[in-house]
Amino acid sequence: MPVPLIEFIDIYKGFDNNKVLKGVTFNIYSGQITSIIGKSGIGKSVLLKHIIGLMIPDRGDILFQGKSIRKMKKSELSKLKNKISYMFQSAALFDSMTVIENISLPLIEKSKFSKSKIKQKVRERMNQLDLYGIDNKYPAQLSGGMKKRVALARALVTGPEIILFDEPTTGLDPIRKNSVHSMISDYQTRLGFTAILVSHEIPDVFYISQRIVMLDAGKIIFQGSYREILRSKDQQVLDFITGSQKKPDGMTGLVGHSIGNKRIYEEKERLGRHGIPFSLIMFTVRNFDEINDRFGFTAGQTALKHISVQVEKYLRINDCSCRNSKDSVLLILSHTNIEDAKKVFSKLVKIFADSGTKNILPDYSFCLEMSGKVIEINSEMVINEIIEGNAGWENMDSQFNLCYERG
Amino acid sequence: MKINTNVFDYIPVTGRFVISLIREVGAVFVFFYRGFVHIFSFPWQIFKIVSQIYFIGTKSIVIVGLTGTFTGMVLGMQGYYSLVRFGAEGMLGAVVALSLIMELGPVLAAIMVVGRAGSAIAAEIGIMRISEQIDALETMDINPIRFLVSPKLAAAMISLPLLTALFDVMGIIGGYLTGSVLLGVSPGIFFSCMESTVMFSDVAGGFYKAFAFGIILTVISCYKGFYVHKRPDGFGAKGVSTATTSAVVLSSVFILVVDYILTSFLI
Repeated sequence: MPVPLIEFIDIYKGFDNNKVLKGVTFNIYSGQITSIIGKSGIGKSVLLKHIIGLMIPDRGDILFQGKSIRKMKKSELSKLKNKISYMFQSAALFDSMTVIENISLPLIEKSKFSKSKIKQKVRERMNQLDLYGIDNKYPAQLSGGMKKRVALARALVTGPEIILFDEPTTGLDPIRKNSVHSMISDYQTRLGFTAILVSHEIPDVFYISQRIVMLDAGKIIFQGSYREILRSKDQQVLDFITGSQKKPDGMTGLVGHSIGNKRIYEEKERLGRHGIPFSLIMFTVRNFDEINDRFGFTAGQTALKHISVQVEKYLRINDCSCRNSKDSVLLILSHTNIEDAKKVFSKLVKIFADSGTKNILPDYSFCLEMSGKVIEINSEMVINEIIEGNAGWENMDSQFNLCYERG
Repeated sequence: MKINTNVFDYIPVTGRFVISLIREVGAVFVFFYRGFVHIFSFPWQIFKIVSQIYFIGTKSIVIVGLTGTFTGMVLGMQGYYSLVRFGAEGMLGAVVALSLIMELGPVLAAIMVVGRAGSAIAAEIGIMRISEQIDALETMDINPIRFLVSPKLAAAMISLPLLTALFDVMGIIGGYLTGSVLLGVSPGIFFSCMESTVMFSDVAGGFYKAFAFGIILTVISCYKGFYVHKRPDGFGAKGVSTATTSAVVLSSVFILVVDYILTSFLI
């Protein structure tokens, strides 16, 4: 078991009558990205501010490399602060200073580098973050995304060992969000710093974090790896993670195809960026119109809902199922290649067959004629063409019936 | 019986008020001490101090000069019509000079600077506080009091005596314009009377006051801005606006109160 870099031990913090942290205990390990997730206003930023001494706990202790921050001498605390950079949610750039003055300030004030060396270091960071032609602009003249990048440049310019990111992607468009996440991930890999990230961006932060900590009602309800959170049985954890990803409709319990499409594009971007494979499974009810005509609209919807419930039970948290069209259900399987997707398909067919279909539709007996196909997406594929057509799909042999019996 | 109960009700309220007042005064003194000590801590912030002298001092020259001139002119006119009743208009130069050098110069110059620079200081630091810029300084291990307050404090301690000198000179010129040029007091009598009456201790006393007022206005303005987030009467922009108003009002009141105290010692 590695030795923790930072340990939170039974931390309590309140503001007047509002108790925000009620016995928070968790560890942060060196050289990892740790994401702190949780609902808005739950105290994630408060937690982060304790690390750097912007807030003092009412009770409990924070240890840095085994030593209590509270008991540190001024010089030791100063040394610790010099190891840490903090990127604020609001960027907190000095609005009466230009971009270049903002980025160079920590070096001017705290380092013994010559002017030319400082200039060189600042220029390096600015170039790395694509900050060109804005040297003499003031923060008010920059866009939100640009401000975040300037703040990131300021956080990185001192070469810190630990960087605290307080919701670094808030207010950014999806493309910028991805670029900030990949920037954090890339720099962490390259420079090896310890990153602590407060974020709502689920599941995106899962892919760049080695460790996830979840805060709820003033306590840590989960701490562990990405794989561990996916296996979590804690209902609060599951509700937060699934709730943040999906908004199902009431009729079938499936999310709409627009959410599914968005998810596919996100997965495709991850495939391009990190080489993480993903596959799709499509189930189609071939006689859906006929069932609707003969037994009514509710019958078809109820049957689809039954399918979605079986699917949801089996899928992992980071997978997604959506209604692709009126008669088809699309499954997006993250981290899954074609072979694994075929196994999932076979397993689901078995689950459908084994699931009790009696009494689901007490007034009717009918069979859904189902078929399925699978595909592993590669970066050259055009998503719209795949979803709408048959090209590239591998039709599975098993066409099967799912029969509902009158109760 | 009812009256007694009401009296007792006021005791804890008064107690709380007194305790919070003592705490606040103590906090202001600690704030001043930290700001003052860091003026001399290494590395010296010469460029920041010069830049603040420009902001607090140089940019106040016009307003202080104008105020001084018109104050001197009014003094010259009022003084002349008061003195002429006793046939003592020859003393006009001394009256104008002593009034300006000992009282009006340091007080009015300081109040002008409060209105121009004190409000700006409180608003600037207040906005930095609510937009987390001061927190950002702390995370970089940059002492915000040293970075923000000390240069302003040093600049005010240097600028205020100089602005007071300017105020005095412009006021004397204003008094000369109304007293001698407009109302006919002999310039020779005006200046010779002034020269024989005004002692160096009077001039030094005025500068001591200006020095003290510089500290008062900077410390109060910086303190109000720095702790804007702890104000109970408003957050965000409203908090900054009330802090700025409070900085100006408190600085002005304290300048007058301290003026009385210093005068009673210096006279």
